[in-house]
Amino acid sequence: MEATADKIIVGEKPEGIEGTGFFATRLDKVVGLARKNSIWPLPFATSCCGIEFMATMGAHYDLARFGSERLSFSPRQADLLMVMGTIAKKMGPVLRQVYEQMAEPRWVLSVGACASSGGIFDTYSVLQGIDRIIPVDVYVPGCPPRPEQIIDGVMKIQYLVETESLRRRDSAEYKAMLNKYGIE
Amino acid sequence: MEAAAQEKIISVINEKFEGEIIEATMLTDFFTIIVKKEQIVDIISHLYHHPDTKFQFLTTLCGIHFPEQNQIVVMYQLHNMVTNQRLRLKIFLPADNAVTKTLTTVFAAANWMERETYDFYGVIFEGHPNLKRILNVDEMIIFPMRKEYPLEDQTREDKNDLMFGR
Repeated sequence: MEATADKIIVGEKPEGIEGTGFFATRLDKVVGLARKNSIWPLPFATSCCGIEFMATMGAHYDLARFGSERLSFSPRQADLLMVMGTIAKKMGPVLRQVYEQMAEPRWVLSVGACASSGGIFDTYSVLQGIDRIIPVDVYVPGCPPRPEQIIDGVMKIQYLVETESLRRRDSAEYKAMLNKYGIE
Repeated sequence: MEAAAQEKIISVINEKFEGEIIEATMLTDFFTIIVKKEQIVDIISHLYHHPDTKFQFLTTLCGIHFPEQNQIVVMYQLHNMVTNQRLRLKIFLPADNAVTKTLTTVFAAANWMERETYDFYGVIFEGHPNLKRILNVDEMIIFPMRKEYPLEDQTREDKNDLMFGR
Protein backbone atom coordinates (compact mmCIF):
# COMPACT_ATOMS: atom_id res chain seq x y z
CA MET A 1 0.00 0.00 0.00
CA GLU A 2 1.28 3.39 -0.92
CA ALA A 3 1.81 5.66 2.06
CA THR A 4 0.31 9.05 1.56
CA ALA A 5 0.15 12.01 3.88
CA ASP A 6 -3.58 11.65 4.59
CA LYS A 7 -3.17 8.04 5.74
CA ILE A 8 -0.54 8.79 8.39
CA ILE A 9 -2.03 9.46 11.80
CA VAL A 10 0.40 11.16 14.13
CA GLY A 11 -2.10 11.40 16.97
CA GLU A 12 -5.78 10.66 17.41
CA LYS A 13 -7.79 13.87 17.09
CA PRO A 14 -9.87 14.55 20.20
CA GLU A 15 -13.57 15.35 20.07
CA GLY A 16 -14.26 18.94 19.11
CA ILE A 17 -15.93 21.43 16.84
CA GLU A 18 -14.25 21.86 13.51
CA GLY A 19 -14.65 24.49 10.83
CA THR A 20 -12.61 26.21 8.16
CA GLY A 21 -9.41 27.36 9.78
CA PHE A 22 -10.30 26.46 13.38
CA PHE A 23 -10.72 23.53 15.71
CA ALA A 24 -12.17 23.93 19.17
CA THR A 25 -11.84 21.32 21.91
CA ARG A 26 -11.28 21.00 25.64
CA LEU A 27 -7.94 22.20 27.00
CA ASP A 28 -7.28 19.01 29.01
CA LYS A 29 -7.69 16.98 25.80
CA VAL A 30 -5.04 19.07 24.07
CA VAL A 31 -2.68 18.85 27.04
CA GLY A 32 -3.26 15.11 27.26
CA LEU A 33 -2.60 14.68 23.55
CA ALA A 34 0.61 16.69 23.77
CA ARG A 35 1.89 14.95 26.89
CA LYS A 36 1.03 11.50 25.63
CA ASN A 37 3.15 11.85 22.52
CA SER A 38 6.17 13.47 24.10
CA ILE A 39 6.99 11.34 27.12
CA TRP A 40 10.63 11.58 28.19
CA PRO A 41 11.56 8.27 29.79
CA LEU A 42 14.33 7.82 32.32
CA PRO A 43 15.74 4.29 31.87
CA PHE A 44 16.73 2.76 35.22
CA ALA A 45 18.19 -0.43 33.78
CA THR A 46 19.98 -2.80 36.14
CA SER A 47 19.96 -6.13 34.29
CA CYS A 48 18.64 -8.17 31.37
CA CYS A 49 15.38 -6.24 31.03
CA GLY A 50 17.59 -3.27 30.22
CA ILE A 51 18.96 -5.22 27.27
CA GLU A 52 15.40 -5.74 26.01
CA PHE A 53 14.89 -2.02 26.43
CA MET A 54 17.90 -1.39 24.18
CA ALA A 55 16.20 -3.48 21.52
CA THR A 56 13.00 -1.52 22.13
CA MET A 57 14.86 1.71 21.45
CA GLY A 58 16.55 0.28 18.34
CA ALA A 59 15.39 0.69 14.75
CA HIS A 60 13.44 -2.58 14.62
CA TYR A 61 10.99 -1.86 17.46
CA ASP A 62 11.61 1.89 17.61
CA LEU A 63 9.96 3.52 20.58
CA ALA A 64 10.34 6.82 18.68
CA ARG A 65 7.09 5.94 16.92
CA PHE A 66 5.38 6.74 20.23
CA GLY A 67 7.17 10.03 20.80
CA SER A 68 9.50 8.61 23.44
CA GLU A 69 12.81 8.53 21.63
CA ARG A 70 14.26 11.29 23.75
CA LEU A 71 15.63 9.59 26.87
CA SER A 72 16.25 11.78 29.84
CA PHE A 73 19.20 10.77 31.97
CA SER A 74 18.38 13.45 34.48
CA PRO A 75 15.37 12.59 36.63
CA ARG A 76 14.51 16.28 36.91
CA GLN A 77 13.47 16.45 33.25
CA ALA A 78 11.93 12.99 32.97
CA ASP A 79 8.23 12.19 32.82
CA LEU A 80 8.41 8.41 33.02
CA LEU A 81 10.65 6.30 35.23
CA MET A 82 11.23 2.92 33.59
CA VAL A 83 12.62 0.48 36.16
CA MET A 84 14.07 -2.48 34.32
CA GLY A 85 15.78 -5.18 36.33
CA THR A 86 16.48 -6.53 39.79
CA ILE A 87 16.58 -3.88 42.50
CA ALA A 88 18.71 -4.98 45.44
CA LYS A 89 17.70 -3.69 48.85
CA LYS A 90 20.88 -1.66 48.90
CA MET A 91 19.77 0.11 45.72
CA GLY A 92 16.29 0.83 47.11
CA PRO A 93 17.17 4.26 48.58
CA VAL A 94 18.86 5.22 45.29
CA LEU A 95 15.74 4.37 43.27
CA ARG A 96 13.60 6.25 45.74
CA GLN A 97 15.82 9.31 45.50
CA VAL A 98 15.61 9.21 41.69
CA TYR A 99 11.82 9.09 41.97
CA GLU A 100 11.76 11.97 44.45
CA GLN A 101 13.90 14.09 42.13
CA MET A 102 11.40 13.74 39.28
CA ALA A 103 9.03 16.66 38.79
CA GLU A 104 5.25 16.17 38.71
CA PRO A 105 3.52 14.86 36.72
CA ARG A 106 5.53 11.65 36.81
CA TRP A 107 4.75 8.06 35.95
CA VAL A 108 6.47 4.79 36.76
CA LEU A 109 6.70 1.70 34.55
CA SER A 110 7.92 -1.47 36.22
CA VAL A 111 9.43 -3.71 33.55
CA GLY A 112 9.95 -7.40 34.21
CA ALA A 113 9.33 -9.87 36.99
CA CYS A 114 12.20 -8.65 39.19
CA ALA A 115 11.18 -5.01 39.30
CA SER A 116 7.53 -5.98 39.76
CA SER A 117 7.88 -8.69 42.43
CA GLY A 118 11.50 -9.62 43.00
CA GLY A 119 11.09 -12.38 40.41
CA ILE A 120 13.24 -15.45 40.91
CA PHE A 121 15.37 -13.56 43.42
CA ASP A 122 13.28 -14.51 46.41
CA THR A 123 16.07 -13.74 48.83
CA TYR A 124 17.23 -11.55 51.70
CA SER A 125 19.14 -9.06 49.58
CA VAL A 126 16.58 -8.27 46.85
CA LEU A 127 13.67 -5.87 47.07
CA GLN A 128 10.47 -7.87 46.50
CA GLY A 129 8.96 -5.41 44.03
CA ILE A 130 9.67 -1.70 43.62
CA ASP A 131 6.10 -0.89 44.68
CA ARG A 132 7.35 -1.35 48.25
CA ILE A 133 9.20 1.94 47.99
CA ILE A 134 7.64 3.95 45.13
CA PRO A 135 4.18 3.97 43.51
CA VAL A 136 3.95 2.11 40.18
CA ASP A 137 1.51 2.94 37.37
CA VAL A 138 1.99 0.00 34.99
CA TYR A 139 3.59 -3.42 35.45
CA VAL A 140 5.06 -5.32 32.51
CA PRO A 141 5.35 -9.07 33.21
CA GLY A 142 8.00 -11.31 31.66
CA CYS A 143 11.48 -12.56 32.39
CA PRO A 144 12.59 -10.60 30.49
CA PRO A 145 9.58 -9.20 28.58
CA ARG A 146 9.88 -8.93 24.82
CA PRO A 147 10.18 -5.44 23.30
CA GLU A 148 6.55 -5.73 22.15
CA GLN A 149 5.51 -6.10 25.78
CA ILE A 150 7.57 -3.10 26.82
CA ILE A 151 5.94 -1.07 24.05
CA ASP A 152 2.57 -2.31 25.25
CA GLY A 153 3.45 -1.09 28.74
CA VAL A 154 4.49 2.30 27.37
CA MET A 155 1.20 2.51 25.46
CA LYS A 156 -0.69 1.78 28.70
CA ILE A 157 1.27 4.65 30.26
CA GLN A 158 0.32 6.79 27.25
CA TYR A 159 -3.34 6.01 27.93
CA LEU A 160 -2.92 7.09 31.58
CA VAL A 161 -1.12 10.26 30.51
CA GLU A 162 -3.77 11.13 27.95
CA THR A 163 -6.78 10.56 30.16
CA GLU A 164 -5.42 11.83 33.47
CA SER A 165 -7.29 14.74 34.96
CA LEU A 166 -5.18 17.89 35.13
CA ARG A 167 -6.12 18.25 38.78
CA ARG A 168 -5.31 14.69 39.82
CA ARG A 169 -1.87 15.54 41.22
CA ASP A 170 -3.42 18.18 43.49
CA SER A 171 -6.06 15.84 44.86
CA ALA A 172 -6.15 14.66 48.45
CA GLU A 173 -6.21 11.02 47.28
CA TYR A 174 -2.97 11.44 45.37
CA LYS A 175 -1.27 13.14 48.32
CA ALA A 176 -2.51 10.39 50.62
CA MET A 177 -1.12 7.79 48.23
CA LEU A 178 2.30 9.46 48.26
CA ASN A 179 2.16 9.77 52.02
CA LYS A 180 1.62 6.04 52.23
CA TYR A 181 5.08 5.67 50.69
CA GLY A 182 6.45 8.34 53.02
CA ILE A 183 7.09 10.78 50.19
CA GLU A 184 6.60 14.50 50.96
CA MET B 1 51.97 -30.13 44.44
CA GLU B 2 54.69 -32.73 44.98
CA ALA B 3 55.35 -34.25 48.38
CA ALA B 4 58.73 -32.52 48.59
CA ALA B 5 57.17 -29.09 48.17
CA GLN B 6 54.56 -29.93 50.80
CA GLU B 7 57.27 -31.03 53.24
CA LYS B 8 59.13 -27.80 52.55
CA ILE B 9 56.12 -25.65 53.48
CA ILE B 10 55.49 -27.69 56.62
CA SER B 11 59.13 -27.42 57.67
CA VAL B 12 59.10 -23.64 57.08
CA ILE B 13 56.11 -23.31 59.39
CA ASN B 14 57.63 -25.66 61.98
CA GLU B 15 60.88 -23.65 61.99
CA LYS B 16 59.19 -20.90 63.92
CA PHE B 17 55.77 -22.24 64.85
CA GLU B 18 56.36 -25.75 66.16
CA GLY B 19 53.11 -27.46 67.12
CA GLU B 20 50.83 -24.95 65.41
CA ILE B 21 49.88 -27.31 62.58
CA ILE B 22 46.83 -29.42 63.35
CA GLU B 23 46.50 -31.18 60.02
CA ALA B 24 48.02 -31.00 56.55
CA THR B 25 46.18 -32.67 53.70
CA MET B 26 45.80 -32.64 49.96
CA LEU B 27 42.21 -31.67 49.20
CA THR B 28 41.76 -32.92 45.62
CA ASP B 29 44.62 -30.91 44.12
CA PHE B 30 44.95 -28.21 46.71
CA PHE B 31 47.44 -28.44 49.58
CA THR B 32 45.58 -27.42 52.74
CA ILE B 33 46.93 -26.86 56.22
CA ILE B 34 44.72 -26.46 59.27
CA VAL B 35 46.51 -24.45 61.93
CA LYS B 36 45.72 -23.23 65.42
CA LYS B 37 43.93 -19.91 65.35
CA GLU B 38 46.11 -17.85 67.72
CA GLN B 39 49.11 -17.13 65.49
CA ILE B 40 47.57 -17.26 62.02
CA VAL B 41 48.68 -13.75 61.02
CA ASP B 42 52.26 -14.40 62.17
CA ILE B 43 52.31 -17.69 60.26
CA ILE B 44 51.12 -16.01 57.05
CA SER B 45 53.63 -13.21 57.57
CA HIS B 46 56.37 -15.83 58.05
CA LEU B 47 55.32 -17.63 54.86
CA TYR B 48 55.34 -14.26 53.09
CA HIS B 49 58.89 -13.33 54.06
CA HIS B 50 60.62 -16.72 54.15
CA PRO B 51 62.86 -17.17 51.06
CA ASP B 52 61.71 -20.79 50.61
CA THR B 53 57.98 -20.04 50.48
CA LYS B 54 57.39 -16.40 49.50
CA PHE B 55 53.60 -16.63 49.46
CA GLN B 56 53.24 -12.98 48.53
CA PHE B 57 49.81 -12.91 46.95
CA LEU B 58 46.50 -13.33 48.77
CA THR B 59 44.15 -14.98 46.29
CA THR B 60 41.12 -15.00 48.55
CA LEU B 61 39.88 -15.17 52.09
CA CYS B 62 36.47 -16.26 53.24
CA GLY B 63 34.34 -17.82 55.92
CA ILE B 64 32.73 -21.27 56.07
CA HIS B 65 30.06 -22.18 58.61
CA PHE B 66 29.78 -25.67 60.09
CA PRO B 67 26.52 -25.58 62.05
CA GLU B 68 26.86 -29.12 63.47
CA GLN B 69 30.21 -28.32 65.06
CA ASN B 70 29.08 -24.75 65.82
CA GLN B 71 32.28 -23.51 64.26
CA ILE B 72 33.27 -20.97 61.65
CA VAL B 73 36.31 -21.53 59.50
CA VAL B 74 38.30 -18.67 58.09
CA MET B 75 40.07 -19.85 54.97
CA TYR B 76 43.07 -18.10 53.46
CA GLN B 77 44.33 -18.93 49.98
CA LEU B 78 47.90 -17.90 49.21
CA HIS B 79 49.86 -17.92 45.99
CA ASN B 80 53.57 -17.87 45.25
CA MET B 81 53.74 -16.10 41.90
CA VAL B 82 57.37 -17.17 41.25
CA THR B 83 56.99 -20.93 41.60
CA ASN B 84 53.23 -20.91 40.93
CA GLN B 85 52.51 -22.77 44.16
CA ARG B 86 49.26 -22.40 46.01
CA LEU B 87 48.48 -22.96 49.66
CA ARG B 88 45.28 -22.97 51.65
CA LEU B 89 45.28 -22.26 55.37
CA LYS B 90 42.31 -22.79 57.66
CA ILE B 91 41.58 -21.77 61.21
CA PHE B 92 38.59 -22.86 63.27
CA LEU B 93 36.76 -20.32 65.40
CA PRO B 94 33.79 -20.88 67.73
CA ALA B 95 30.63 -19.57 66.02
CA ASP B 96 29.47 -17.81 69.20
CA ASN B 97 32.72 -15.86 69.49
CA ALA B 98 34.26 -15.69 66.02
CA VAL B 99 37.12 -13.30 66.63
CA THR B 100 40.54 -13.30 65.01
CA LYS B 101 43.27 -10.84 64.14
CA THR B 102 43.17 -8.86 60.90
CA LEU B 103 45.39 -9.81 57.99
CA THR B 104 45.47 -6.26 56.66
CA THR B 105 48.82 -5.81 58.42
CA VAL B 106 50.32 -8.29 55.91
CA PHE B 107 48.06 -7.93 52.86
CA ALA B 108 46.21 -4.68 52.15
CA ALA B 109 44.00 -6.78 49.86
CA ALA B 110 42.53 -8.46 52.94
CA ASN B 111 40.64 -5.27 53.78
CA TRP B 112 37.55 -5.80 51.63
CA MET B 113 37.71 -9.60 51.91
CA GLU B 114 37.54 -9.37 55.70
CA ARG B 115 34.70 -6.88 55.46
CA GLU B 116 32.84 -9.38 53.28
CA THR B 117 33.54 -12.20 55.73
CA TYR B 118 32.29 -10.02 58.56
CA ASP B 119 29.22 -9.04 56.52
CA PHE B 120 28.16 -12.61 55.75
CA TYR B 121 29.53 -14.65 58.68
CA GLY B 122 29.96 -12.15 61.50
CA VAL B 123 33.65 -12.85 61.99
CA ILE B 124 35.27 -9.98 63.91
CA PHE B 125 38.76 -9.12 62.63
CA GLU B 126 40.54 -7.28 65.43
CA GLY B 127 42.59 -4.31 64.25
CA HIS B 128 40.77 -3.97 60.92
CA PRO B 129 40.78 -0.29 59.87
CA ASN B 130 37.13 -0.18 58.72
CA LEU B 131 35.17 -3.26 59.73
CA LYS B 132 31.64 -2.57 58.50
CA ARG B 133 29.23 -4.20 56.05
CA ILE B 134 30.33 -4.06 52.43
CA LEU B 135 27.65 -5.76 50.29
CA ASN B 136 24.50 -5.81 52.40
CA VAL B 137 22.48 -2.87 53.67
CA ASP B 138 23.85 -1.31 56.86
CA GLU B 139 20.56 -1.87 58.69
CA MET B 140 20.83 -5.66 58.37
CA ILE B 141 21.00 -7.32 61.77
CA ILE B 142 21.81 -10.89 60.68
CA PHE B 143 24.81 -12.57 59.08
CA PRO B 144 22.99 -14.15 56.13
CA MET B 145 25.45 -16.82 54.99
CA ARG B 146 25.41 -18.61 58.33
CA LYS B 147 23.54 -21.88 57.95
CA GLU B 148 21.15 -21.20 60.78
CA TYR B 149 18.10 -19.82 58.99
CA PRO B 150 15.16 -21.70 57.49
CA LEU B 151 15.22 -21.62 53.68
CA GLU B 152 11.91 -19.79 53.64
CA ASP B 153 9.59 -18.21 56.13
CA GLN B 154 6.51 -20.46 55.96
CA THR B 155 4.19 -17.75 57.23
CA ARG B 156 4.90 -15.16 54.57
CA GLU B 157 1.94 -13.97 52.54
CA ASP B 158 3.46 -11.69 49.92
CA LYS B 159 4.25 -14.53 47.54
CA ASN B 160 1.71 -17.32 47.65
CA ASP B 161 1.59 -20.47 45.55
CA LEU B 162 -1.60 -19.36 43.83
CA MET B 163 0.11 -16.39 42.20
CA PHE B 164 3.62 -17.71 41.80
CA GLY B 165 2.93 -21.37 41.04
CA ARG B 166 5.36 -22.82 43.52
